Amino acid sequence: MGVLEVLEVLKIIDSSILLCLFGLPMLGATLLLFIPASALKIIKIVAFAISLVVAVLAIYIFVSFDETLGGIQFQRIYGWLPLPGPWGSGDDAITLSLGIDGVSATMVLLTGIVMLTGTLISWNVKESTKDFFILYFVLLSGVFGVFVTFDLFFFFLFYELSVLPMYLLIGKWGSTSKFKSFVRTKEYSAMKLTLVLVAGSVLIWVAIIAIFFQAGIGSFSVIEIQKVSETALSPTFQNIFFPLLMIGFGILAGLWPFHTWSPDGHVAAPTAVSMVHAGVLMKLGAFGIIRIGIVLMPNGAETWMPLLIVLGAVNVIYGAVSAMGQTDLKYVIGYSSVSHMGYVLMGMATLNVLGMNGAVLQMFSHGIMTALFFAVAGMIYDRTHTRDTLELRGMAKKMGVISILFTIAGLTSLGLPGMSGFVAELLVFIGVFQSYGHLGIILGSAAVIGAALTAVYILRLVASVFFGSTPEMWENQTDSRPRELLAAGILVAVIFSVGLWPFPYIEVIESGVNPIVAAISGAG
Amino acid sequence: MNDFSLLLPEFLVAGLAFFILALDLFIKENWKRYLVWVAFFGLVVILFVSLFIESEGRLYDGLLEFDEFTKFFRIFFLIIGGVTVIISREYVDSRLKYPGEYYGILLFTLLGAMLLASSAELLTAYINLELLSFGLYVLVGYERYNPKSNEASVKYILLGAFSSALILFGISQIYGLLGTTRFDEMSVAFSSLSSISPGMAVGFVLIVSGLGFKLAAVPFHMWAPDVYEGAPLPITAWLSVGSKAAALALAIRLFSEGFISVFGELQPILIVIAAITMVIGNLLALVQKNIKRLLAYSSIGHVGYLLMGLAALVPIAKTGSVAETFTNLVYNGLLFHMVSYGFTTMAAFLCVITVYNKTGRDDISAFAGLSKRQPLVALVFVCALFSLAGLPIFVGFASKFYLFNAVGGQGLLWLVALAIVMSLISLYYYLTIARQLYIENSEDDAPIAVSFVTKLTLGGLFGVMIILGIYPAFLLEAIQRATDALISGNLLSLV
Repeated sequence: MGVLEVLEVLKIIDSSILLCLFGLPMLGATLLLFIPASALKIIKIVAFAISLVVAVLAIYIFVSFDETLGGIQFQRIYGWLPLPGPWGSGDDAITLSLGIDGVSATMVLLTGIVMLTGTLISWNVKESTKDFFILYFVLLSGVFGVFVTFDLFFFFLFYELSVLPMYLLIGKWGSTSKFKSFVRTKEYSAMKLTLVLVAGSVLIWVAIIAIFFQAGIGSFSVIEIQKVSETALSPTFQNIFFPLLMIGFGILAGLWPFHTWSPDGHVAAPTAVSMVHAGVLMKLGAFGIIRIGIVLMPNGAETWMPLLIVLGAVNVIYGAVSAMGQTDLKYVIGYSSVSHMGYVLMGMATLNVLGMNGAVLQMFSHGIMTALFFAVAGMIYDRTHTRDTLELRGMAKKMGVISILFTIAGLTSLGLPGMSGFVAELLVFIGVFQSYGHLGIILGSAAVIGAALTAVYILRLVASVFFGSTPEMWENQTDSRPRELLAAGILVAVIFSVGLWPFPYIEVIESGVNPIVAAISGAG
Repeated sequence: MNDFSLLLPEFLVAGLAFFILALDLFIKENWKRYLVWVAFFGLVVILFVSLFIESEGRLYDGLLEFDEFTKFFRIFFLIIGGVTVIISREYVDSRLKYPGEYYGILLFTLLGAMLLASSAELLTAYINLELLSFGLYVLVGYERYNPKSNEASVKYILLGAFSSALILFGISQIYGLLGTTRFDEMSVAFSSLSSISPGMAVGFVLIVSGLGFKLAAVPFHMWAPDVYEGAPLPITAWLSVGSKAAALALAIRLFSEGFISVFGELQPILIVIAAITMVIGNLLALVQKNIKRLLAYSSIGHVGYLLMGLAALVPIAKTGSVAETFTNLVYNGLLFHMVSYGFTTMAAFLCVITVYNKTGRDDISAFAGLSKRQPLVALVFVCALFSLAGLPIFVGFASKFYLFNAVGGQGLLWLVALAIVMSLISLYYYLTIARQLYIENSEDDAPIAVSFVTKLTLGGLFGVMIILGIYPAFLLEAIQRATDALISGNLLSLV
């Protein structure tokens, strides 16, 4: 194959790059379907190759996104289904309308990184490896699809698609948690997670139908509806239907008091799925509130955001306090995710540029950090077959590298300067203090207290699990393997790059956040 | 002047049925297992014939009406009938006697279903409905030495006869008060009335109840689970798709051509029936242990969604709102969801039949560990269940979205919300089956062998579920033509 042909192929990929982004994982899943289950090596190579290509595409998209230009880039619109109605034949009613703005570019990068590291981590999935990767790719196809589509129908399609494989992924490859007085089976957690998330999409679905008919232009396109939203979607309508979206998406974002699926589900899930779910999937919820809720219904957002910011603060404190009481390593991380998603919710609820920048950066930072957390917890569990923090002691002696990785994730989590969490949380704090007067000051203080609580449970955990004397039972442990180290290394590198030089990220995010905030101040 | 070429596909189906019955008399016993191919390829030929013949017009002074709507349903029934024949093959070979009569009678029920879609007069519709039902009475009890099959047959005959009586009584009421039973004349007579007399209301309610029996809508659903459980499995599949679609075709034509000007009076009844049908169907499905009964209740739930579409044929807000022109959307959604439900249910039943043929068990735990014993069947089954639950990328998602969206546009957003909550509940029991398929382990790990024909059928149905889910535009074009035919003549002049 000559250079010219390669260039031709690259051109085709470039012109439909967003299609490739969710199409490739889907293609990969289909491809795996036809490989016999016994050909383990081929399955893993195909899975890795697809993940690598998709990750490269994601990085390429993020890098070539022009933040000075802003707006929606890489835009492509494919017709899908006409809906006849008073607007005529409605040929453009449902379109596969693809595009990337500053917010979704960041999320695509996050997904690409987590997907690649997740594939590396799940190298040693023993049972039904083929089925695992098929479902894993379907899940990621859905996630990418949500981030790149600007059409309500397809947004919802991909949103549901990312929920579909979860039941089997957790139920088949997950693990049951045994506590002293009760057992939380993986089947229970899987069912709870699936049903609660689909319950959230019930609200979203109703709101989407209402928005479509209220807008009355016969189009599901977010861009088209946004153009008429000021006139067609009356403030009363927005006030009624915004909470549906806020709670519907909020459920996936771990919004208190609808968060209980999240620790259970993340703990029961296999490592890579926990990484994707806590790292990326929870961001779908927050992303949905921004992309659909705030963009389409700015008036409703202004009415309801004070509630969201209070709930977000409860998330932060409640998650942190709950995490303190856990004795299961993964439950600690699970509740810390609930706590950290609180910052995201608070940040977006400020509706100012700083706070929203912080929220999106926190989405990115928390995605990477929690992926690292779950990866390390998975490494420990693979070796010791326990996650009980009362049994795990002095692991640093035999698992030096693993303990360093866990500590890095922990320090990011508590917001140590130099790491990604600090920048994001700082932006959120400033944003919160700037907004809502006295309420902002009170809630901002609460958020800072939450960060302090995080330090308490993280440092206590690190101290007890990794340091101190090593009991005899853990004398024969091995440290991380190169493949695991590679995966973790990628995540650590990203954490430091955001922490030390956040401006490239913030600029991209801000180019996406600015028009949203401008639209709100315009509407207000 | 009657142009009988309009009826050509129906004549051919009747001819094929008689041919198989006759052939059965003359061929040797061990040749009879090839009768299935006579029936199947006969149907394929008829399908091609009906795809290409010109079919616009009326017969017998307007008793039968042929338009794009008829053509759509005719093709749908032929395809579903062909699938039913092919999924019957192994079941009949291994469990039933007298294959000739089985396929012959099955084809007669198919004939009844096809004629129902073209009936434009109440008594003609009634006769075709009976043609469909009588065949089904026999087929439900076809497992002669199985007490459950006999029980189901008796139950079905008694309740079916009762519902037929209701319909007849309703027809007599309408005829007595209007003096006509032709849909178009009824519509004219209704629109000149200033109010609905009590007698006429009784007529409506009786006809709706009778159709409710055929559709297994709550509160007329009592027969369905028992009959589904007792009937031979392929007949259960045909009952839950073919016979329901036939009753739905009649209901759509009757409501949109005959009752349209008084539809506002009927609407509250339909809304209530739709709401309780989907609630009861989905809630009772939660506690089922037998896969046939579970699918029976889940199909009752789906009938609830379809009835919701039927109830939304005209908008709630009668004047002034934009909602009035969403009618076309509702019709499309109704037919789209029916097609989607039809193919998905067929796929699900084929999976059940395959397992039942090998294990003889039809409780849900019989499917434990199927993903190891027979990966293809497990995959198709789980996808069919996801499609029934309305998850992407399968056709169930697209069709539910389309239908619910359309009904929401007619001002019934609360009913849509109820329907969405019900499909959330349905996800629970579909997932419990998925759990058996993929998560649980079975005591018996022996692989289940599947014949090539079954694999091909499974693959075909799987392909339909995916393709219609990813790109349904071409199906919607056909549906649009079918619904245009209904709407252009009747609805638009009235609303």
